[in-house]
Amino acid sequence: MSLKQEFTLSIFSENVVGLLNQITNVFTRRHLNIESLTTSESAIAGIHKFTIVVFSTRNEIEKVAKQIEKRIDVIKAFVLTADDIIHEEVALYKVPTASLLNGNQIETLVRQYGARILEVTPEFFVIEKTGHKKETQELFEKLDQYGVSQFTRSGRISITKTKTEMLDNYLRKLELDNHPAKN
Amino acid sequence: METQSQTVMKEKSKQAIRMTGAEAVVRSLLNEGTDLIFGYPGGAIMPVYDALYGFQEELHHVLVRHEQGAVHAAQGYARVTGKVGVAIVTSGPGATNAVTGIADAMIDSTPLVVISGQVGSPLLGTDAFQETDVVGITQPITKWNYQIKRVEDIPQAFARAFYIARSGRPGPVLLDITKDAQFASLDYLYEPVKYIRSYKPVPVLDPLQIEAAAQLINLAKKPLALVGQGVVLGQAEKELMAFLEKTGIPAAWTLLGLSAMPSAHPLNIGMLGMHGNYGPNVKTNEADLIIAIGMRFDDRVTGDLKNYATNAKVIHLEIDDAEINKNVHADVPVLADVKESLPKLTEKVSKNSHQEWLNEFRACDRIEHDRIIHCELNPVEKGMTMGEVVNKVSAAVDDDAIVVTDVGQHQMMASRYFRFKQTRSVVTSGGLGTMGFGLPAAMGAKLGQPDRHVILFVGDGGFQMTIQELGTIFQTKIPVKIVLLNNNFLGMVRQWQELFFDSRYASTELINPDFQTIAKGYFIESRKVTERDDLNEAIQQMVDHDGPYLLEVVVEKEGNVFPMVPAGASVSDIRLE
Repeated sequence: MSLKQEFTLSIFSENVVGLLNQITNVFTRRHLNIESLTTSESAIAGIHKFTIVVFSTRNEIEKVAKQIEKRIDVIKAFVLTADDIIHEEVALYKVPTASLLNGNQIETLVRQYGARILEVTPEFFVIEKTGHKKETQELFEKLDQYGVSQFTRSGRISITKTKTEMLDNYLRKLELDNHPAKN
Repeated sequence: METQSQTVMKEKSKQAIRMTGAEAVVRSLLNEGTDLIFGYPGGAIMPVYDALYGFQEELHHVLVRHEQGAVHAAQGYARVTGKVGVAIVTSGPGATNAVTGIADAMIDSTPLVVISGQVGSPLLGTDAFQETDVVGITQPITKWNYQIKRVEDIPQAFARAFYIARSGRPGPVLLDITKDAQFASLDYLYEPVKYIRSYKPVPVLDPLQIEAAAQLINLAKKPLALVGQGVVLGQAEKELMAFLEKTGIPAAWTLLGLSAMPSAHPLNIGMLGMHGNYGPNVKTNEADLIIAIGMRFDDRVTGDLKNYATNAKVIHLEIDDAEINKNVHADVPVLADVKESLPKLTEKVSKNSHQEWLNEFRACDRIEHDRIIHCELNPVEKGMTMGEVVNKVSAAVDDDAIVVTDVGQHQMMASRYFRFKQTRSVVTSGGLGTMGFGLPAAMGAKLGQPDRHVILFVGDGGFQMTIQELGTIFQTKIPVKIVLLNNNFLGMVRQWQELFFDSRYASTELINPDFQTIAKGYFIESRKVTERDDLNEAIQQMVDHDGPYLLEVVVEKEGNVFPMVPAGASVSDIRLE
């Protein structure tokens, strides 16, 4: 039996209403919890991209991917693991300005974690950190010693380690399969 | 050759014509070759009904008595003709009543286009009168669905709907049309859809998979073919027989694969699964090769997956990639339309016969015959059995009829004991197991194949779930023959209660009405048989009757269907009693 591990599904679809629902429904039916989900227009005009992080077995995630691909408006679903991708999340932290003024610990943390300060007001300031979940979480725990009044994290975005966009290759193959006579 | 007037017509038809959305709906149906639809009017679909009024010659509309009946009838029609069945309903309750039929069509891969009216687009999302989010509700049970809010989307949406419903692995599509889109006008031009970028209905066959499959087949000592509905949907019955006859491989069928092979063919070894035949079930774990052809390893077929096909390699010929490895691991998947893959495979395999292996099935048949079939067909007890009724009806029509069933014991008995000569002769609710399916599906089947006998086997429970469709049968004069096998019980549930719940018959006994009186109310001829001596003559009377007919046969109250693979057990543990 294969073990549960983290997978990143990279799903490309036509940009139509209700598709998110169709995709998440495949997870719901199997009682699979989505760890993170981001969606936006892809680099190819008119094609939407969903990046979904989920803990599952290889066996199950392959079935999920095929059932997602089966939806008419889904173009392709790629099953990826940490080895296949470079990925990032963005985290924002709101900290009271007073704590910044008491010593240089926060400044040190910002430098150490490669974070940056986005905005400063008399009451609070906002720090932004890009990284893996583990890193943004770690910074949160460190900053929280000085009082984090608000903390938010985005879903994952990822890019594959392949030389070109995997979807481009797929679309080219699709074109050949459907119009073999075309040059 | 095209005549000049035809060419002119064609060119003319390429010119847009100004019309309402409602008329565009009707013209789109006609453009897709639809000549029969089943439906029920209501507020949000009235403009389309008004348009239908002007097309009564070209597009026949059957008024059902409940929207569930409309969808099941469209299913019956689609299953016997291979065409796309069409149902039309109003918004809100009309649409939700259609849901069961849509789910049934989804799981049994039946091509349907269901059209639902919707409240006007300014009212969407406001909890308007008879508003439901039918697109949301039917999303998991349709192959595709779409809400049309703009009148100019109608032709394209219909073209996509029909293309998706009938291509690849077929399925139901729902189009939800707002009332304002029906009223508005457009310049109508119809272009059929032949390609959708994100949709790959038929995978491209990989010749390496054929090579690998042929190799396994040529080496196998005890190969077993499992035939599913994919063969029927792919119209690959001849290709299947050519493959089987060349290789000499015994073939068993799933419930929906029934009638894809003639019952009398020597390589036809019977039904798979829970109430299937003894041989195909026990021998599954002795086979060294399983060749699954257009079937999906449903749990009613496989029983306990851990103890299924334990000694076999598996070749899976399948059009739907999501079925590969879903339940049973395929050593060699052959991802393609079986119409294409079967002949290529037949070319590559050696001529063979598996007589000894086949004889093992014959030996199983003898055991099953002695222990079960003989007693079922020739009972010594006073009470009539379902099996003997099915057997006699089969004989009365010379084994050539379209059999429609409802769901339950009678369904299994009809599948086990009716004999078939030609394909597309069975309409039954397999995956969803929808009681109430039978009567409306039989109407659709008869309208789809008016020249064939259409015989419905139905139980007293399922009959009463859609009994109102007797009104449709009366009004539309559909000569369906209804064989009501009445045991005054929900028989299949009662059987489970007897076997697994200590005979505690919780809510399974039915106090039934007088079915003949009901039939009389609908002006449908009927007869009730309680004695075996009257059975043959009564069946003949039903068959000879010109028009719809109800034959009620009072059968043994507590008859059981055997063999049986208990739920969750291995196919090897099939019970003969």
